[in-house]
Amino acid sequence: MTVHQLSVFLENKSGTLVKVLKLFKDEGIQLIAITIADTAEYGICRIICSEPARAFEVLKAAGVAVSMSEVFAVELDDEPGRAADAIAVFAKEGISIAYLYSFRIQGKGALVFRTDKADKAREAIARAGLTIITEDALSNLV
Amino acid sequence: MIWNNNKECMPREQMRMLQGKRLHKIVDYVYHNVPFYRDKLQQMDIKPEDITSIDDIVKLPFTTKQDLRDNYPFGLQAAPHSEVIRFHASSGTTGNPTIVGYTRKDVGVWSECMSRCLTAFGVTRDDLFSVAYGYGLFTGGLGVHYGVENLGAAVLPTSTGNTEKHVRLLRDLGVTGIACTPSYALYLAETMEKMGVSVDQIKLRTGAFGAEPWTESMRQEIEKRLGLKGYNIYGLSEIMGPCVSYECEEQNGSHICEDHFFPEVVDPETLEPLPYGQPGELVFTTLTKEGMPLLRYRTRDLCALYNDPCPCGRTAVRMGRIMGRSDDMLIIRGINVFPSQVESVILSMPECAPHFLLVVDRVDNLDTLTVQVEVRQDFFAQGYDTFEPIFKLERELAAKLRSVLSINAKVQVKEPGTLERSQGKSKFVIDNRVLK
Repeated sequence: MTVHQLSVFLENKSGTLVKVLKLFKDEGIQLIAITIADTAEYGICRIICSEPARAFEVLKAAGVAVSMSEVFAVELDDEPGRAADAIAVFAKEGISIAYLYSFRIQGKGALVFRTDKADKAREAIARAGLTIITEDALSNLV
Repeated sequence: MIWNNNKECMPREQMRMLQGKRLHKIVDYVYHNVPFYRDKLQQMDIKPEDITSIDDIVKLPFTTKQDLRDNYPFGLQAAPHSEVIRFHASSGTTGNPTIVGYTRKDVGVWSECMSRCLTAFGVTRDDLFSVAYGYGLFTGGLGVHYGVENLGAAVLPTSTGNTEKHVRLLRDLGVTGIACTPSYALYLAETMEKMGVSVDQIKLRTGAFGAEPWTESMRQEIEKRLGLKGYNIYGLSEIMGPCVSYECEEQNGSHICEDHFFPEVVDPETLEPLPYGQPGELVFTTLTKEGMPLLRYRTRDLCALYNDPCPCGRTAVRMGRIMGRSDDMLIIRGINVFPSQVESVILSMPECAPHFLLVVDRVDNLDTLTVQVEVRQDFFAQGYDTFEPIFKLERELAAKLRSVLSINAKVQVKEPGTLERSQGKSKFVIDNRVLK
């Protein structure tokens, strides 16, 4: 029901991101989505990739401050208003979203988000008839 | 003006006689009242009657900050508790502060020496004097306070904090003198400017600044922005507090109250006494103290002593500016900070790796301390993917540091493996304060 996401803790200085991305390149692991959230001193780089478990081990072995967590990825039709509809489902259920980002997959939109109420979110997604993107579907892409 | 002409301008030979007499008396006193010193002197086969002149001081053992810690809290106190009328405490490295007890006579000597300082700074009975050192366990506030009262000027005990109110009082009451740390003086000037109070609206004319290192350029800036003449004052709680030495109008070094505090400068490695003019570690022996007398206390402050005649008329030996420390202590906003204190906090946090860096800066004329610390790699392995755990760790560390150091420190969490691994202790510290 969920996909694995890697979170990398980065200091705001030049060269830290390229060091991480070079590891993906050298191992032939493909990025599917990447986003960086930042504060004055730190950034967290969130990555969805083709082989998350292997990428996690590679980064850890290289001394990178990385963690792996599970996030929801919901498929949306490629037309205006679909994101609003999806978020409205969660708002109605009182499910708050810690962070959210999106990418495109096979002509459709993908909405990735993290919530502390995972079970409630799962039920809400099923009831609303939203399509969940599975890890298998992602790995078939690449 | 000179407060005590008899003592401050005493002919050198007469001063040495007085010092010799007092040294014999103090050695006899600690021999019979402080087991720590009796043991040390007996081990060295020295009896009080062996000390007959000030030249005999080289026979005596040194005392270190570590000795004070080892004998916490009252081990070096010579006077019985019934004779002690006040205690002060200075920060320690591992939780043990240094406790200093003062008898009524000690407080009297302190006030006397403080009055000498203030008179040299031009303070008279007609002045209204603001004491903006912290009042409390720190010796700065109460030490200067008693000196101002003893001199007969009026004291305004402003202490630190509430700077805007302080500025209003300076303006409205026509305050003419002030004592504070040099960095606080600059902060005060800045607050004045922000409040739209010009230097013409205040009547400050003299200031006593000390308790932290400062420079000639800071002096010029303080003098210009507050419209006063700034004087250096030096002291340390182990010996007494502010009053140990002070600048006269010549401002070519600080005259030491030598009839009470005998100064030496020694090589910090060999502990051999150094001649006048040569910089080394400053060492003091209290010649008249009753509460906690100390023999040859190593201050860790590096400076030189000068005995050439001073045009002001005082004959007392002068000490030059403090050029540094022979240990790793930092003085931040007048508070002593040891890297080992920070280390003890960091080692108590399981999330942190034992790698840290202290960065000291001066921002808007106030000292700031930033503690950079590496987290352990497994800190992130627990599935953290938001900033909250990092912020929480920073808040916890900042709170613990505040309770141990008594000052606010900013905490920056670093990635594992990013801080430089240091060999020597000094690498733990980057001091960006420009003192020139």
